[in-house]
Amino acid sequence: MGWTLLILLVVLTVVHGNPTVMVRTGSGPTVGFDQHPNSVPLGEDIQTTTEGESEVVEEVMTTGVLNPSHYPARRAATVVQHYLNTRYGSPYRWIFLSTVHSGSAEDVAEMGRKYQLELTMQEMISNVSGQCSAELFFPGGEGQSAPQVQASCEGLHQSNTTAQEEAFYQQHRASNNLVSGNNIPDSYGHMEPSMKPFWQLGGVASSFIMLRESNESTLYNMAQVANFTQLETEKDQLRFNYHVLLHEMISQEIIHWKLLVTWSPEQGVQVLQTELQPKCHHCEAPPNTTN
Amino acid sequence: MMMLGLGSVGLVLLSLAVQSGHGAQDSAVWSREETTERNYYTRYHNMSEITAWMEQMKRENPDVVSSMVYGQTYERRNITLLKIGLSSTVRKKAIWMDCGIHAREWIAPAFCQYFVREILRTYKTDTKVNEMMKNLDFYITPVLNVDGYIYSWHNESTRLWRKSRSPGTGGCTCYGTDLNRNFYANWGMVGVSTDCCNLFYCGTKALSESEAWAVTDMLGKMREDILAFLTIHSYGQQLLVPYGHPNTSAPNHDELMEVGLGAAMAIKAVHGMDYTVGTSPDILYPFLGSSQDFARLIGIPLSFTFELRDKGEHGFELPEDQIQPTCEEAYAGAQHIITYTHDKAFYSYAATVTATLWTTLLAAWVSSAILL
Repeated sequence: MGWTLLILLVVLTVVHGNPTVMVRTGSGPTVGFDQHPNSVPLGEDIQTTTEGESEVVEEVMTTGVLNPSHYPARRAATVVQHYLNTRYGSPYRWIFLSTVHSGSAEDVAEMGRKYQLELTMQEMISNVSGQCSAELFFPGGEGQSAPQVQASCEGLHQSNTTAQEEAFYQQHRASNNLVSGNNIPDSYGHMEPSMKPFWQLGGVASSFIMLRESNESTLYNMAQVANFTQLETEKDQLRFNYHVLLHEMISQEIIHWKLLVTWSPEQGVQVLQTELQPKCHHCEAPPNTTN
Repeated sequence: MMMLGLGSVGLVLLSLAVQSGHGAQDSAVWSREETTERNYYTRYHNMSEITAWMEQMKRENPDVVSSMVYGQTYERRNITLLKIGLSSTVRKKAIWMDCGIHAREWIAPAFCQYFVREILRTYKTDTKVNEMMKNLDFYITPVLNVDGYIYSWHNESTRLWRKSRSPGTGGCTCYGTDLNRNFYANWGMVGVSTDCCNLFYCGTKALSESEAWAVTDMLGKMREDILAFLTIHSYGQQLLVPYGHPNTSAPNHDELMEVGLGAAMAIKAVHGMDYTVGTSPDILYPFLGSSQDFARLIGIPLSFTFELRDKGEHGFELPEDQIQPTCEEAYAGAQHIITYTHDKAFYSYAATVTATLWTTLLAAWVSSAILL
């Protein structure tokens, strides 16, 4: 008996991984596939209302301390990113959110919601990072009203872009060689090095729209510069028509905008006109293609 | 004597050089093939190229790679997976991975190709990968939404297509259903749209899309055997765990979070990239009808959605020079999950039994020693 046990033990210790027997802990509800197991009980504090044909779950707005990795803080922080680009962005300075450290949100009685955030932002070209404190106010009520942002950052301006900006400005200021480009980046994520500052400028200019259009249910990024055309320099400002594609994450939509953009090292980026382009539904029909 | 000595030294050096050449694949004989191969996995590939690549993987690794057509798309194209594992006489457990359920997320099929290449490249020399290939079969679908992927390659204006390519019905003239809202997992309730022009259009009914049906059918047949379900997307740098409904947790939520956070750490160790881990309602937005939720609901314990690079700078149009680092870090994350899954299945039972028996034997020996 003892010997049998000993042999069995040795065999078991040596031969691992018996695949025919398995202890599976924490597995889900055992349900026959035919029975369609899909009723997951709804939480108690979710109100579902019927809007037209589909049900809508009311998002409960988080108030108080925010979890930095959850979406309310992330969306608000991205709004701060757009704000910083409208203030400080240029063809050689483009700022992105790096980390949300902490945040809080509160209702402001019948007026809207206020956020406070501690963030790290990163300038994309120089890789310089800066710590930022920001306050945002999302107005409530009817009508689309842009969020209001205040932010102070340490360290972001360390990147010295003056020389590059000046060189770029002088290079394109004369109107005898107006530049244009399209599909920046292209389908493979590629762009010519000479197009890169125009891509960055497009991103900064898009920030004006993204800031204006943002609310607590949006998360915007610029997906692509569809095309841009340089116009005659006026009043010492470089001028461009841009057609940009914005990606709005919460709806997953690609939204087309046209902008009239000016820039100079002294004046910074200004957006003079914006025009939303209608979505092209008839463009979706299958092309004559074989692959 | 001197010549003999020199000759033997020369022979030793030569054999060392040849060995290191084979091992590191950097000697002159191998470098051109390796370079070409390395270049392949740093570029995006259209559907024809991926189909040809699948054939090549089978041809070059006939002992461990086979393919299976398990469904058809709306436009009647094959949906194909690669089954990879050492052959066995007993029924094996499985890992499921699919890429490209959303057409514009090109980095996802690139990752599936990279993953396949990596396990095939290392299973003979890496003992852990070898063990997993022995005990598991990997079922990998490089492109699930074949119609959508092909459409996104058509020209620049179609590049950002997301959905399938089935036409709208009932007077709605737009195309496509969001395949990741079409699964039978609380279908049609949250985070969806009934407007066929919408990017979240969930279809006329659950599994209206043949692509979703194909996955459902396979998962249903293999339900007992699948240990982990991984579905690959971009962008956002996140690892999502079920469920997509707010305030509803998976029964093993803590385990999912722990494994997910471990995977995120493994990812960060490669190139320093941060990936956030959480349920979709917490870190992204709520939605139902996803393949991930369906997998968890039918009992597959570990179900993850990967959202690969980046965080919005390039978005869907991730530059090709980021394919390799993205795949390297995602591979580390996937391997963390797969290793956990494998070890849990193949070590915990044996270890428990072994420990019990040793204890019993010791007790018996002690008691018999006392009695004698």
